[in-house]
Amino acid sequence: MHFPQKVAVLGAGLTKFMRRAQETPKELAFEAAKMALDEAGLTIDDIDAVVLVTAPDAFDGVHMNGEYLADGAGGSKKPYMRSFVGGGSGVFGIINGWYHIASGHFRTCLVVAEEKMSSSMPHPQGTFNAIYDQFTERPLGVNLLWIFSLEMNRYMSVHKVPLETIALVAKKNKKNGLDHPCTQAGIAGDYTVEEIVNSEIMCWPVTRLMVSTVSDGAGALVLASEDFAKKVTDKPIWIEGVGWCLDTSYWTNRDLYYPKYVEYAARMAYDMAGIKDPRKEIHVVEPYDPFAYKELHHLEGLLLADKGEAPKLLEKGFWDRDTETGIPSSPSGGLLGVGNPIAAAGLMKVAEIFWQVKGTAGKRQAKREVKRGLAQAWGDLMQVGTVVILGK
Amino acid sequence: MEFKGKSLKDRDFKEKNILYTDWHVKAHYAWDCGVALSKFFEGLKEGKLYGRSCPECGRVVIPPRMFCELCFKPTDKWVLLKDEGRINTFSVSYVNTDASRREKPNVPAVIEIEGASEGMGILHLVAHPEKIEWENLEEVLSMIKIGTKVKAVWKPSNEREGAITDIKYFVPVKEE
Ligand SMILES: [Zn+2]
Repeated sequence: MHFPQKVAVLGAGLTKFMRRAQETPKELAFEAAKMALDEAGLTIDDIDAVVLVTAPDAFDGVHMNGEYLADGAGGSKKPYMRSFVGGGSGVFGIINGWYHIASGHFRTCLVVAEEKMSSSMPHPQGTFNAIYDQFTERPLGVNLLWIFSLEMNRYMSVHKVPLETIALVAKKNKKNGLDHPCTQAGIAGDYTVEEIVNSEIMCWPVTRLMVSTVSDGAGALVLASEDFAKKVTDKPIWIEGVGWCLDTSYWTNRDLYYPKYVEYAARMAYDMAGIKDPRKEIHVVEPYDPFAYKELHHLEGLLLADKGEAPKLLEKGFWDRDTETGIPSSPSGGLLGVGNPIAAAGLMKVAEIFWQVKGTAGKRQAKREVKRGLAQAWGDLMQVGTVVILGK
Repeated sequence: MEFKGKSLKDRDFKEKNILYTDWHVKAHYAWDCGVALSKFFEGLKEGKLYGRSCPECGRVVIPPRMFCELCFKPTDKWVLLKDEGRINTFSVSYVNTDASRREKPNVPAVIEIEGASEGMGILHLVAHPEKIEWENLEEVLSMIKIGTKVKAVWKPSNEREGAITDIKYFVPVKEE
């Protein structure tokens, strides 16, 4: 594959993740974008194009929410694009930003992800339910937890994974989240497996502590072409690979135990990055973890573990932040330990890998040397995988 | 690095500690069921489950569609399926559609329908075979598992309206 320009990441920004933010969506977007520009040492005048990701308009109650947000995202009087693939959006936005620059058309692109889920009162459950098929599914009295609990049970049953093992993901991520300066109040913590398994049964096998919370927050990344990046930094972090894939909406016709679309997205990214053996060449990973089992499901889809093996590696500490022989997974704390403002949470995954590769992740920094890392998000009706690989 | 954000509490709205503005919307939609699903729902009215077959890959799919999304060719035949199948996966839900909690759970499941191709499931509910309502998680887990055979329980024919809810639920059945 040849693209006219290599693409570098120059800076990242995040707001705190909050159950209810006082800031408006525009203000949240601005804070994250400003922080990313500051880290890059750039101003909005250096930005040629802007990509925005945020949930469908019904979440915010603002029609043309992308246009509403444009000013806060730095998009006014600039080529501006909004995109959305559910939970996969945060990483998808980076992919969109990547091809703005890889095409050779722009020198720089600011990618902003914003989500304010608290405006939907009392919570956005009703909007979530509208993802189900309106003819064959919604009349049954659906809720969003159903698809996750159905997928989780299928995964657990096919691979015979005990609930206690899956709870270890929540234990790890909620503990990692204690070190994240953006973590939402009350969600990180040092929990025992018993506390997680015995927390309120929401939709068996999903218990309350195995679910990420709804949040408000924003994130941003500044991307630049190789030509531009080399003028402003002597240590650019590169986007080495991108991949994305969408499977059928007929989700009841698929075997949910394995996310094949995540595998396809990962293979696309590995091929582009020239990665032959991801288990050796990926040094840190931020897989999407809106539910505890999802992290394991995704680690397998990313080919970082054989099918059904991610839980066994988890028991051995292979995915721990301080592992020396394994691959640290969600050292940030992820969605379970930091919060889940949907599009912003996906972008956080990329921001964290950027800081990990740069070596500035602070208390979240992996113990082993990190030259390359992978961020992945997932979403829509159990159907989309988005992958970005960053490296030195 | 300094991370921005001012956190509010639910009570800040209730007690009006902050300034806010609110807006209510009542949205109403009506969707015609389209070509494939209209025939499918007509079938449900008669107590029949129809799938649709693809001449290219040979799959019999349910829910039916007028085109095969894999071959990207028109499907060409209606196939009468059985009103029974096997549980592909299930869960035990203590949460209602509006996120309020249920005292007794219900059981959503993906049910692979007999007569359709392998892996062709639909979403529906599984009820207790005698008392309909499930008592608790333990009772559900003692009676059903992945692979359990289930059969549709239909509304009386005069109450059917051509909707997925014409099947009230599925119940586990004993294997011969
Ligand atoms: Zn076909």
